This record gives sequence, structure tokens and C-alpha cells, in this order.
Amino acid sequence: MQPIQLHWIDYTILIAYVAFVIGIGWALARYMKTSSDFLTSARSIPTWVTGLAFISANLGALELVGMAASGAKYGISFAHFYWVGAIPAMVFLAVFMMPFYYGSKARSVPEYLKMRFDERVRALNSIAFAVMTIFASGISMNALAKLLNQLLGWNYNVALWVCSGVVLLYVLKGGLTSAIYTEVLQFFMIVLGFAPVVYLGLKDVGGWHSMNQSLQTVATNPASIYINTGTNYASDAWTSAWKPILAGSAHNPIGVDLFAMIFGLGFVMSFGYWCTNFLVVQRAMAAKNMTAARNTPLVAAVPKMFFPFLVIVPGMIAAALMAMPDKGYRIPPPPISQASYNQAVVAVQSANPADPAAAVTAVGTALGKKVDATRITSLVAANTATKLSDEQIKQGIYNSVAENDYDSVILSLVKKYCPAGLMGLALTALLASFMSGMAGNVTAFNTVFTYDLYQAYFAKNKSDQHYFWMGKFITIVGIVLSIGAAYFASMYNNAMDIIQLVFGFVNAPLFATFLLGMFWKRTTGTGAFLGLFGGIAGAALFHALTSVGSNLDAAGHVINSMKGGYLHVVQIFPSEMAQNFWLAIIAFVVCFTLTLVISLATKSQKTDADLKGLVYSLTPRTVDHSLPFYQRPGFIGVILLIACVILNLIFW
Amino acid sequence: MGLDIRWPIGLMFTLIGALLSIYGVADRSGSLSLGININLIWGIVLLVFGVLMLIGAVKGKKNPPTT
Repeated sequence: MQPIQLHWIDYTILIAYVAFVIGIGWALARYMKTSSDFLTSARSIPTWVTGLAFISANLGALELVGMAASGAKYGISFAHFYWVGAIPAMVFLAVFMMPFYYGSKARSVPEYLKMRFDERVRALNSIAFAVMTIFASGISMNALAKLLNQLLGWNYNVALWVCSGVVLLYVLKGGLTSAIYTEVLQFFMIVLGFAPVVYLGLKDVGGWHSMNQSLQTVATNPASIYINTGTNYASDAWTSAWKPILAGSAHNPIGVDLFAMIFGLGFVMSFGYWCTNFLVVQRAMAAKNMTAARNTPLVAAVPKMFFPFLVIVPGMIAAALMAMPDKGYRIPPPPISQASYNQAVVAVQSANPADPAAAVTAVGTALGKKVDATRITSLVAANTATKLSDEQIKQGIYNSVAENDYDSVILSLVKKYCPAGLMGLALTALLASFMSGMAGNVTAFNTVFTYDLYQAYFAKNKSDQHYFWMGKFITIVGIVLSIGAAYFASMYNNAMDIIQLVFGFVNAPLFATFLLGMFWKRTTGTGAFLGLFGGIAGAALFHALTSVGSNLDAAGHVINSMKGGYLHVVQIFPSEMAQNFWLAIIAFVVCFTLTLVISLATKSQKTDADLKGLVYSLTPRTVDHSLPFYQRPGFIGVILLIACVILNLIFW
Repeated sequence: MGLDIRWPIGLMFTLIGALLSIYGVADRSGSLSLGININLIWGIVLLVFGVLMLIGAVKGKKNPPTT
């Protein structure tokens, strides 16, 4: 990615945004009087605000970058991460689970686990969550600092510390409310900052229909735009959401079948994330009353349903544009040093036109990448016919690198379509979502740490002021730890992958515990605790015994043990996505079965009275009759599900 | 919480919208993308959005919501 030259107008927009978020923190500071104000917003925020914050906490910058990448790589069927993988779970959270979270007066998800089960389950969940939020925020800040470094030429350290400092300033002043308010601000920044890019991209590509036509040529020959799937697909593989999935895992670029998609993504993974992750659930818990809390995920589901058009369609536009030679666009290749390009230019200039194959090899060696032989051959021929300038040759070489750096799709479009001014808006939106990603994680971390670890195990029965100041102190600690995690991420890429893998194992079985705990009063603490461990172990074992086809060499040996199969390869999946979906399914089933069996074998420590408000059968139904029907969560939920089905039918 | 979020959202987008529109008028050639003055058009969109938020905030102040 070439650096971007920012104009004064771009900097003005950026500075205006930063000034506003810090201003919000200062304006809120005077309302921060108790630990509950600071850590839980004292349950006082209106629905539309918590709803947008709910969705914004989920829409991190890394997701923005990753979804555009997936749009190019997989097409419209990746929208299932929204339609299948989010909407049903969000409706379930709102209608069935929020009454327990909000009604139990728990201040965090781990605290609910303590009320429902026992200290062991809470400790396991809160420690895992605390570590995970720190790493998540570190990964996000590392990506931000790297981006500012590559794009604007800022010093990595300065970028990291300044951005973290801004987050610290406003979170320390306004606590969770500050984080929620800036998330709402960020929501509008993202939508209003990226909508014009999508509009201009669609206009450039000739409209939706013309984009789809171009994507049909991509599907039948992905290698033509360097999407190296190793196989060709039916013409609708990029443009229809369900047909390629129904055709089976070999017929869609994601490499998943219908069962893994519905049960793995749509049930286990999505319910596990949306219904148990405190980062998002915390936003709903901050709502001002039960109805507002239950409607929070429903408000969030409306934009969520349409986000594919904002985040996945840009990737589809990029792939379609690349397949139209006259547009002169390509998805940027992986970063290659200037020196390597210069070497490659020399290789083209000194090539013997009678032996183009040698030139192709020489250019490939100079770049250290696979290159398109046809393009290099014609470049050599063109240079022989009329001498090209170095710059023209370099451009030709750039276009012939046969690999795509999908993560730079979104920025390459921003650069292509945004003049100074709009550029500042789009970049500020991206920066905003990185920073609010950190703020969201830190505000979830400080609550869990203060209430579930510090208050529970180190300092019981202190005054509220004590916990208030502790919360503030932990906020600083959280930011410092995040910075440490960012440096760690920048130094050991592999170590970060391992951490994310391990957290995949820890999170995979969680929903089974909640499902049984909330809907079956017989579930015991011992059952839940051992079931969780069993699920985690099951996930780890599954990973050690399976792998993906591309991770095996000719002799059938595993190339990278991070991609599984290091004990023995029992099952080979067509893609990592399919492996992940199945891993979640296995972890869920193991945890569910173990929890069930052990619960039947052990005696519950809780009486029915203890479990009132925590378990479905022992809790009086929430009475919605006082509300007009269109404000009842059940009614809104059904409408949302119908809307989601209609969307799926349109893009069938 | 005592601060109505519509104030900062409204103020910020009004400011950025005004800036973008003025920039779009002042530097027409620098604001073009695919032949349209996107800074001016989008600046106006942001400005309208910001003003609507401000109107909401003013109304909300006059009649504080009861629920």
C-alpha cells in the first residue's frame, strides 16, 4: 500500500473527531460519582443509544477490514456471518436471555454465572474474559499503529501511545458511558464515512447488475484475478448467497456445507458470541429499564442486517473491478520492498525477448512472489518494441504479482474514490473504530476485574468509593496492559495466533453452559464447571486431530501445526472455516453432554428460591401487556426474523 | 446520564458537514470523484444529518422523555 498524503482538511476532520470524544468524556465526568456510574452506567441509558453501541462494540475496525477482504474472496455468501450468524442469536438474546441478565441485577456475565452456579464457574469465565479483552484490545491497537505507520508515515510508538492516550482520557473521565457514547458516534462515522465509498464504487463498476456479471466471470475462473482457490466454481458462486452452499462444500469458495453453516455458525458460534460475550451484553445491561435492555439487541439487529452492503459489498466491488481490465484497478499485492521492485525492473529491461520464460523466473525471484507469466511476457515484448519508462515497467510488474493482499481492499478503494476531505472522513471513521474497539474492551475489562476478581477475591466489603477508585485505577492498568499486548503482537505474530486459537477453544463450549443453566434448573455448578473444561479439552483435541487440505504436503504430513492435525490427521476439511465451524459444534456437543450427565449425577447446591430470576422455569414471565404490541420484544423479534428471511430470499 | 448524546453527534456532523461543503465549493476540481463533486454532496448530507440531530436534542430538552 502506497502512503497517503493527507490534506489540511483531512487533519481538521480527524482533530475535530478526537476533540469531540475527549469533550464527551469531560462532559460526562461530573456525573461519575459511584462505582456503578463509572462501571455500569448506573443502568440509565435510552434504548437507541445502547442498541447502536451494542452493534458498534461488535463492528471493530478489524472486522471492517476483514469483511471487505472476505467479500472479495468469497462474495455475497459471506453475508451469512450477519444473516445466519447474528440476527437469530440477537433476537434470542433479547427475547429469552436478557430477562435473566437484567432481571438478576448481575453487573456482569461472570457475576450471573456465580449467582446461577458457583464461584468456580465465575472464576474460570472472568479470568478467561479478562485476559481475552486485553489481547483483543492489544491486537486492535497494534493494527492501528501499524496502519498509521504504513499509511501516513507516523512513528509506530508515537501512534500507539497517542491513540491509547486519547482512549485513556475519555474512558477515565466518563467510564462506560463515555465508551458507549463514543461507540454511537463511531457508528455514525462508519456508516456515513463508508457509504459514499460504496456508492462511488458501485457507480464506477456500472451498478449492481454489472458488478454481478463481472463476478460471474470471477467465479468461473478465480485465478484470473489471482484468487488462488485452485478450482473453478459455478458462475453464481460469488453472487448468490445460498445456492453455492446448498451445492456442497466443494462448490463454494468458503468450503462449508449447509449443516456446518446452520448448526456451526448459525447456532453454536453465533449464540456463543452474542449471548454470552460480556463485551456486547454489557451494553444491553446499561439500559435504563427491562424493556430497554431487551430491545437493545433488537435495535442493534436492524443495522446489523444491512451491514453486508457496507462492509462486504466493497470487497465484491473490488473483485468485480479487477476482472474488468479497462478499469485499471487491482487488489493491491502483498507489500514488496522498493529495492525488490527495482531489481525486477532491471530483470525486465535486460530480458532477452526470445526467452521470456527466463524473464518471468528472474522477475519472480527478484520479488520473491509468484508472477503472472503472460503479463510479464507481454511487458517484455512491449519494452522491446518501444522503450518503456522505469515507472511504466514498475506498474506492469505491480499488476503481474499473482497474489492479493485482501486486507488492503478497503483502503485501496478509499484511496481510489475519496478526494481530500472525504478521505479525512473515511480515515477518521476507521481510526474511530480502532479506538472504540480499545475503549469497549477496556470498559468490559475494568468491570469484570473490579467486580468479579478484585471485589470477589481480594477486597470484599469495602466502601463504594473504594471500588470506584479501583475501577479507575484498573482502567489505567487495562490500557497499559493493552499497550503491552500490542507490542507483543507486533513482535510475535505466531504467539498471537496461538492465543487466539486457545481462546477459540475456551469460548466454543460456553453457550452450552448458558443454555442448560438458564433453561434447566437441575443443572449443577459441578456439571457446568466440568462440562466447560470437557468442552475446551474436546475442542483442543479436535483441533489436534483434524486439518485442512492445503495444510498437508504431498506425503500427507502437516505443514503448519497451528492449522491443526499435529497429533494425527483423522479428518481433512476443505477450508479453515469449515474446520472452525465443526470445532465449535464438537465443543458444544461435548460440553452439553458432559454438563447434562454430571448434573444428573451430582446434587444441586441451590434451592429453587436461590434460582428465582436466574432460571426460566422459576422466573415469572416478563409481562409486556402494558406495552403497545409494537414495542414488545417478542413482536419486534418476529418482524426482524421475517425481514431477515426476506433478505435471504432476495439474494438467494 | 445527564448529557443527551444528540448534542455532540449533532454538533460534530454539522461542523464536519459544513467544512466538507465549503471545501467542495472552494476547491471544485480537488473534490471530484468520477466527475461528481462528492465533497459538496456528502457535506450537505452530513450537514442535514447533524442539524436533524440538533433539532432532536432541542426538542428532547423541552419535553424530557418520561419513560
